Amino acid sequence: MNKVIKYVIYDILRNKFVMSYTLLLLLVSLAFFGFEADANKGLLSLLNIILMVVPLVSIIFTTIQFYNSYEFLELLSAQPIGRKTIFLSQYLGIGISLCLAFVIGVGLPTILLEGTTKGLTLILCGLLLTLVFVSLALLASVCTKDKAKGIGIALAIWFYFSIVYDGFVLTALLSFSDYPLEKASLFFTTLNPSDLARIIILMKLDISALLGMTGAIFQQFFSSILGIFIAIVLLILWIIVPAWRALAIFNKKDL
Amino acid sequence: MKKLTVIFILLSQLTFAKTWKVNNTSELLKSVAHSSKNDSVIVKKGIYHITNLIIDKPIYLIGGESQPQNYPIFDANYKGEIITVKSSGVYIGKIEFRHVGETSSIDWAGIKVLESSNVTIKNNYFRDCYFGVYLSACTKIQVLGNTVIGHPKEEQTTGNGIHAWKCDSIKIANNYVQGHRDGIYFEFVTNSLIRQNFTTQNIRYGLHFMFSHNDTYELNQFVNNGAGVAVMYTKHVTMRSNLFKNNWGGAAYGILLKDISDSQIQHNQFISNTVGIYLEGCSRTNIIQNEFSNDGIAMRIQASCDDNLIQNNNFIANTFDIATNGNSVYNTILKNYWEKYDGYDLNHDGIGDVAYRPVSLFSTLIERVPQTMMLLRSFTASLLDKIEKIIPSLTPENLKDESPLMKPIRLVPFNPKAVTVQKS
Repeated sequence: MNKVIKYVIYDILRNKFVMSYTLLLLLVSLAFFGFEADANKGLLSLLNIILMVVPLVSIIFTTIQFYNSYEFLELLSAQPIGRKTIFLSQYLGIGISLCLAFVIGVGLPTILLEGTTKGLTLILCGLLLTLVFVSLALLASVCTKDKAKGIGIALAIWFYFSIVYDGFVLTALLSFSDYPLEKASLFFTTLNPSDLARIIILMKLDISALLGMTGAIFQQFFSSILGIFIAIVLLILWIIVPAWRALAIFNKKDL
Repeated sequence: MKKLTVIFILLSQLTFAKTWKVNNTSELLKSVAHSSKNDSVIVKKGIYHITNLIIDKPIYLIGGESQPQNYPIFDANYKGEIITVKSSGVYIGKIEFRHVGETSSIDWAGIKVLESSNVTIKNNYFRDCYFGVYLSACTKIQVLGNTVIGHPKEEQTTGNGIHAWKCDSIKIANNYVQGHRDGIYFEFVTNSLIRQNFTTQNIRYGLHFMFSHNDTYELNQFVNNGAGVAVMYTKHVTMRSNLFKNNWGGAAYGILLKDISDSQIQHNQFISNTVGIYLEGCSRTNIIQNEFSNDGIAMRIQASCDDNLIQNNNFIANTFDIATNGNSVYNTILKNYWEKYDGYDLNHDGIGDVAYRPVSLFSTLIERVPQTMMLLRSFTASLLDKIEKIIPSLTPENLKDESPLMKPIRLVPFNPKAVTVQKS
């Protein structure tokens, strides 16, 4: 399996996309930290990048990479290697290279310039989000053989979690404002990895007191160590469940 | 000759007050009991177990040493009050008060002053006192340079650091109050000055202020108190050059103004508070040249406020600049600097050509449904704000700054005299 991962990573590094992604992240983070006098504000600006750009790049790159290496996958399937190994090495290859790009692009400047718990939470959430969207992308790609359709589904998933979902939540909260919504808002948050990551990071940044307006339960949940732990576990579930579904489909798939 | 002697003796009685030096509790009680007007009682270093000592004549009660760690210690063993002053012209200084008892029926205090005037309480140290200094129906009292440190329990079982009720012309200056219910408490106190105090880590308010007209408070620092500072039901208050900092919490604010009228709020700094100023039912109050930075909501103006002037303030790096719960606007907002302003200034007169709307759609939504706060800093929220900026529909139409400044105002640098915490 290690050998296959090595080939996948080698292949990814050769096409220079991940390189330029790393460079982009690096430039943006340095610019944010350099531009804002207050490191806290730098982190807030980075938050937007992590919530929008990182998922988008992760999901699109993974989908394209999957379809581009389709022939390679077919070749591997002809060898005495299990489907599971093929899938996992593909997943890990892409995941590791994207995480590496994130660590170099965002992680390094953050640790150097704002190496506090806030910075580390931001990095952790960024890495988890990257993996969540790699999982979702693979799930989208194994569902269809058509490359255009696959990319379309991937884009739709990104669009849904980054924009549409929050719109739905807003509509729901406004329409049912006469009802107690404390638990509902907590529940809504867990159903979207982007929201989970955003709130984990915001609780570490100093606006946490404002989030108290969402409700005492919400505030207590996310400000306790157990709450943050559960939120991170939920994010990890967002990585595992789609990947596991994708693996199940890939196992039975007629390549 | 006889006459002369009598006059001489009388004169000496008047002018040459006696000085008593005391070493232990019984000597102290005796000297206080037998001293006459204007005598000095100088207390040597040591521990004195005293409860409910009443001072009913104008004497000077002073510790013999100037270092706080050498102050004589008056200890009540949690059994009652330490000193009750019932006379005018008393001076108490350089003494440490410890372990005042707690009851729910009587407000026991380190020093309680009742119906007196011209009393000075200077450079004392209060530790674990239920109430530190308690003034009731007094005039012309000075409370200067004291350190009051308590260990708060619950709101009901913790007293105030410096408590004043129904007083006039008092001065509270250079004190440090920590760990009480309210750091400084004012009720029905008029024509008074609160200056250069530092209150922190009090479980309710740093300063609690009610029905206290014509007072001034300036150069104070209120840092990290349970709910900040509350000023209520008062007219003609001047608040100048204070610092309100780090009052974080679900229901905390830098300052709560409730039913305040004809007052001045100038040159204050509001840094890192959940809400900088919360205005409710305020009228004709000028909020001028203050700085709001890193607050969750810089100003929350309820619709019950009218005729207030908000001018020449700096709003920098706040999550929300202004939040309000109504549509009508009866206040004037003019010539402030808004960091979020993205208009232009074609004629270079320093004033933006487009009006700035400090109330964002998202903050309006939060006022209606607080739960929407869970979308804070999401793309959707900022998208809605952008759309609303172009076509205002939900935010109050008239709440805007017609002449926003392009550059922040240079405010008088805040340089409060550092209040030294006496260690003992």
